[in-house]
Amino acid sequence: MAKDHSGRPIVVVTGYGVVTSLGAGKEDNWKKLTAGQSGIREITRFATDGLKTKIAGTVDFVPIDPAINAPELSQRLAEMAGTEAIAQSGIGSAGNFPGPLFLAVAPVEIEWQQRQEIAKASGASEVSYNDLTRAAETGKFHGFYERFLFGSVADRIADKFGTKGSPVSLSTACASGATAVQLGVEAIRRGETDAALCIGTDGSVNAESLIRFSLLSALSTANDPPQSASKPFSKNRDGFVMAEGAGALVLESLESAQARGARILGVIEGCGEMADSFHRTRSSPDGKPTAGCIRHALADAGLEPDQIDYINPHGTSTPENDKMECLSVSNVFGERAKTIPMSSNKSMIGHTLSAAGAVETVFSLLTLEHQRLPPTINYQVPDPTLPFDVVPNVARDARVTHVLSNSFGFGGQNVSLVMGREPR
Amino acid sequence: MSEREIWITGIGIVSCLGEGADAHWQGLSDGTPKGEVGAFAPYVVHNLRPLDFDKQIPKKGDQRQMEAWQRIGTYAAGLALEGAGIKGNAEFLSHTDMIVAAGGGERDANVDIGVVGGVSKAGNNPEPFVNERLMNDLRPTLFLAQLSNLLAGNISIVHGVTGSSRTFMGEEAAGVDAVRIAHARIAAGQSDLALVGGAYNAERWEVQLHYAMGKVLIKDKPAAVWRRDGMSLGTIGAFLVLEERTHAEKRGAKPLARLTAVASDYARRAPGAVTATLEKLYAPIAAKVDAKSAAIISGASGVAPFTAEERAFLEKLELAVRATGTHLGHGLEPQFPVNIALAAAAVSKGQLFPPCDPSGFERPMDAPLRQAVVTSVGHWRGEGLALVEAVA
Repeated sequence: MAKDHSGRPIVVVTGYGVVTSLGAGKEDNWKKLTAGQSGIREITRFATDGLKTKIAGTVDFVPIDPAINAPELSQRLAEMAGTEAIAQSGIGSAGNFPGPLFLAVAPVEIEWQQRQEIAKASGASEVSYNDLTRAAETGKFHGFYERFLFGSVADRIADKFGTKGSPVSLSTACASGATAVQLGVEAIRRGETDAALCIGTDGSVNAESLIRFSLLSALSTANDPPQSASKPFSKNRDGFVMAEGAGALVLESLESAQARGARILGVIEGCGEMADSFHRTRSSPDGKPTAGCIRHALADAGLEPDQIDYINPHGTSTPENDKMECLSVSNVFGERAKTIPMSSNKSMIGHTLSAAGAVETVFSLLTLEHQRLPPTINYQVPDPTLPFDVVPNVARDARVTHVLSNSFGFGGQNVSLVMGREPR
Repeated sequence: MSEREIWITGIGIVSCLGEGADAHWQGLSDGTPKGEVGAFAPYVVHNLRPLDFDKQIPKKGDQRQMEAWQRIGTYAAGLALEGAGIKGNAEFLSHTDMIVAAGGGERDANVDIGVVGGVSKAGNNPEPFVNERLMNDLRPTLFLAQLSNLLAGNISIVHGVTGSSRTFMGEEAAGVDAVRIAHARIAAGQSDLALVGGAYNAERWEVQLHYAMGKVLIKDKPAAVWRRDGMSLGTIGAFLVLEERTHAEKRGAKPLARLTAVASDYARRAPGAVTATLEKLYAPIAAKVDAKSAAIISGASGVAPFTAEERAFLEKLELAVRATGTHLGHGLEPQFPVNIALAAAAVSKGQLFPPCDPSGFERPMDAPLRQAVVTSVGHWRGEGLALVEAVA
């Protein structure tokens, strides 16, 4: 039976890949994640003089030539994760992926280095935008033009893997990675395609991005030691830690996966969404939109709340998010909320922003695969108002059949995914 | 696949021609290319005709939290919801699925120039200087205006659209895929009601800079799409309300037109690739198009090699063609949605607006208009086609 409870094609995962500040590949990441290691470090990519936050989960082990910029690194990380996912899946052939690409990626912008190069080329002493455009007209900067188009990362990923149709670049802020998965699930359920490549990637730790989040008072300033800064659900949590990474998933209809004898790694059972109209950066104080989002995902999966064994929360370590997320989990799960294990990967890898939903989908699938819960590290000062089982500090084995993964973002973006071990 | 019919029950459009279908009809009919060489000389820019934002964004506090492109988009979205008769109606807005096509990155030109100018004097170690300036000069609201998904966020806040919210990026392709996926979701029964569109603010130096690097902008005077090599950027806000027919009928909504097909593809732009892609996209709808009552609403940018391929392809179809970019300028993400809105308005009126093309490629059409094929061939990427038809 290849249809789900609503008569739709069952969507399974046949390959996944991941890169974070902990390392490249699922094996290395899982080992470190379950050992409770942190990938957060002091920023060395740029000077942090005068900044309140001097730490991040940067991916520093991927060489980029000539210089790092966000789209270049985002592309590289997406390629690494995508290559791993497609190899595991064994789908298609080299450079010929038989389905569309849904890519969650940070909004692209020309950066200071480019602006300064163009200014230099203009030769003007008191430079104006007019001088910059005159320098641009020489055609010397055509490479910047292509690189900094919003669609450029997706175009090049589509070229590399040979995905079909128009590559979709998307952003739902911190929920982007989950939205990419959701779009792939929907396309397969519509019968448009048998397979989809869904990737979330983010390589945008640069001075301006850091300063922007800092000005919104969203970032932890607990710089020393960096590894202790991200402390979701702790009483002394003081903000999230920016981070980089990528997660990639090959989604397939169960029918297609079985027909080619692919190993089924997990099932994307349900996707839920509900936008919040309360505020640009804060969620509704009653927690209704996030709770509604979780309920939609459960309903889409055809599951009752008591069938969820583990929650992979958004768990950013900001005072606001963790409080609101616990409220919505309580609303949905009632008394049981306090006993369902719920551990935040972000305590170790930081907040990988546009990639987070995809990275955490991969980690949720690894949790199902290994029947082991990664911990919430840095849990030294429990917040008495959040009496949950956060799998404090140490990983543990558990029986896990269905996982809920939450992603909540600025702009009222809420997406929840429900994953299972095997097709039902 | 089910046979669910998709209606366009609301459109909201703003541009240099003003706001709404009537203002656009008048502007499109006057036979002159638009655009000005003004604040962004030598580039030609199609400036938004001033709007009273209070009409769609009543709280000044909300307006202050947005930059121009978000105000423009939120305004256009309000017009579309109003046109569809669902504005302020929580029952419908709570299951309205939103897909926004957005760029972002609206910058403060003074900050940019201040930093770039200062760096040249800051010696060999400019980074601390840049940090200090950015810490002092960037405004938190500006960051929120730079996030691509915050147009959707503002539409949720101002208009209460909360069914779902997705933002696609990627210039023209974002607009095409937003409409395609909203349409496909309704057709497949994944949604009944959608708000889809986007907004672009062309009145910014940083976008002139970006496209100047690509050498794809025309200079010095406005020109018709088929007569130019390059584009002139245009400020555009455009949203559509798409609705499954029985859903619309049940609430007594009147359709402007039917959206019967939307397709997109990715032409890796070698010579001939645009032609091959347009042929592939057109093939499935060719049999549906009745040459006696159909026209083309083209989203051609004017960037010569690609626009030339589109023109050669369209010549073979022998239909009346209109490139709206001559009037509206090129607005990237909302280009496809605005052209679908204009197509819906035209088939609803049963009439095509007059040509505006000294090259003679656009020819008059007197027969009643019942179908419009909307094209997108982006200035760099983003190929799509849609078929908009009169309601039987």
